[in-house]
Amino acid sequence: MTEAHYTGNFPIVVEGLCNAFDGHVIHQDLSLKVRRGEILGVVGGSGSGKSVLMRSIIGLQHPAAGEIEVLGQSMSGGGAPARDEIDIRSRWGVLFQGGALFSTLTVAENVEVPLREFYPEIDDTLRHEIARYKVMLSGLPPEAAAKFPSELSGGMRKRAGLARALALDPELLFLDEPTAGLDPIGAAAFDALTRELQDTLGLTVFLITHDLDTLYEICDRVAVIADKRVIAVDTISELLKIDHPWIQEYFNGPRGRAADAARHRAKAMDKQADRGA
Amino acid sequence: MRDRADFRLETDAEGRTVLALSGNLLVSTAGFLDPQLRALDQPIARIDLADAGEIDTVGAWLVWRLARDHGATIAGADEMAARLISALQGAGGDGDIAPARHPVLRRVPEAVGAYVSALPASWVRLLDFLGALLISSWTIIRGRSPLRMHAVVRQLELVGVSALGIVGLMSFLVGIVIAQQGAVQLQDLGFGELTVNLTGRISFRELGILMTAIMVAGRSGSSFAAQIGTMKLTEEIDAMRTIGVSPMEALVIPRVLAAVLMLPLLGFYSAILAIIGGAFISTITLDIPFHAFLLRIQDVVPMHDVWVGLVKAPFFGFIIAVAGCYQGMQVQGNSEEVGLRTTIAVVQAIFAVIVLDAFFAVFFTEVGWG
Repeated sequence: MTEAHYTGNFPIVVEGLCNAFDGHVIHQDLSLKVRRGEILGVVGGSGSGKSVLMRSIIGLQHPAAGEIEVLGQSMSGGGAPARDEIDIRSRWGVLFQGGALFSTLTVAENVEVPLREFYPEIDDTLRHEIARYKVMLSGLPPEAAAKFPSELSGGMRKRAGLARALALDPELLFLDEPTAGLDPIGAAAFDALTRELQDTLGLTVFLITHDLDTLYEICDRVAVIADKRVIAVDTISELLKIDHPWIQEYFNGPRGRAADAARHRAKAMDKQADRGA
Repeated sequence: MRDRADFRLETDAEGRTVLALSGNLLVSTAGFLDPQLRALDQPIARIDLADAGEIDTVGAWLVWRLARDHGATIAGADEMAARLISALQGAGGDGDIAPARHPVLRRVPEAVGAYVSALPASWVRLLDFLGALLISSWTIIRGRSPLRMHAVVRQLELVGVSALGIVGLMSFLVGIVIAQQGAVQLQDLGFGELTVNLTGRISFRELGILMTAIMVAGRSGSSFAAQIGTMKLTEEIDAMRTIGVSPMEALVIPRVLAAVLMLPLLGFYSAILAIIGGAFISTITLDIPFHAFLLRIQDVVPMHDVWVGLVKAPFFGFIIAVAGCYQGMQVQGNSEEVGLRTTIAVVQAIFAVIVLDAFFAVFFTEVGWG
């Protein structure tokens, strides 16, 4: 039987990546390995090149130098056959910051676009069914499927974007600031949804975020981008031991401490509840 | 990578039907498997996944739907399959997922009806817009709020100066066509020298200003609609209102003013270039020297022809700018609307300009400027 899914350990490998715009260097010799089945949070100051890194990995940005390998296939060269490059695109899903839904299509039609593109042999009935359950999996009410993006709230638009990202049952999921602009309840619900889908579908998630709660709640490891490269990839508790000014300021600043405290409180309450029961 | 999934029907010890799936149950294999599974109409008691390979949500959906439709139990599911199938519990339903699309016989009358019933409201909105424009103009004239000179100058540049190249080239070529085609006909009749009259009068009275209006409607009318429409989508217009800046004063009036001021100038310029084009071709094909052609123009074109063109121009400019700004302001919802409104703005502007031009033609002849 042919293996349809990637079975190696590192679905995303970036080696020595360099990116520069008009002489302004964004990345200098950046390297990163993402483990299979983890949620990797990517943090860094504004303008540190988090989104550029994601765009380089998914092939929207041609890097100046460096090697990028996604699901075992090299992306940065031009040497790979075109067919493989297209195939690899069906194995990841991307949620852009604003959702980037096609505004003239309904939510369900948005989900159907990648299905139509990659698997034209799937007939209308099955495609509609798939679109409908993907909408449900993304936590949207069934009636949202027939709505246009302009009729949805910000949080629902993100979920609709997630439904489209999941349309082809990808192995890799890229999320660009999924909780930005959501209220705390919506953000927490989206975090829970990400975790749940990652568990159920066995996804590897590359998650760019500014949201400390998201980092504490759902990320297995966190990659820190500073000084034009990835300075550390580790769990938050390990990162806190690193003596780097940006890391210390980020996690030990007022907001970082608040997120940490909230997490400890929640744990303590869980323990109490356990003892009570 | 597109391997196949397959199934076979077996009978178990108790004589019930078992459907055994094999191969990878993935989105890439579902397209071929699904029609076959749906065609099954015999009762199935159990679905056996023991031989199945990898599974994703689409495969799980096929299994779950089959189990639901046949009342079958699912056996032999590995951990992944069981997890996916349980995640799909309660999915489905068959609400509409696309906007309803009715047959043509219903859609066409519906569209006509919707258009007609929306007509009064759109007239009211247009009146509303013109009223607001009038009020804003009046507050500026009375000095209650400043005229935004910076915006006006910017629009004068965009509407007028940057159009000089294309309007000039177009007029020059149209002048060539009129003179050359006119000469062919007139020489047959022995009145070759009347080519000068033809080119000069038609350029000043009609074509110069009309061609300019069409070009400006295409260049600037469309950009007014698209720009204001996009600003509406990105809530820039709302932001202006909350800051206390009237979009009428900041966006619409500078554009209307620029179009009203620039169209006469562009129209005159266009007529001159058309005559130069005519003179140019006459030198080559009619043996009328260049300067002789220009001198003849002074004799054969009455001054009122120039006035006819210049009087019409501000009206045309007003129509073009108002159509563009009004349609831009009507944008709401999505990016498709911007394109739609831009098209409407240009079509309405050109149509209204031509209708008005016909009225002017009759009017000026009646008042003796024939």
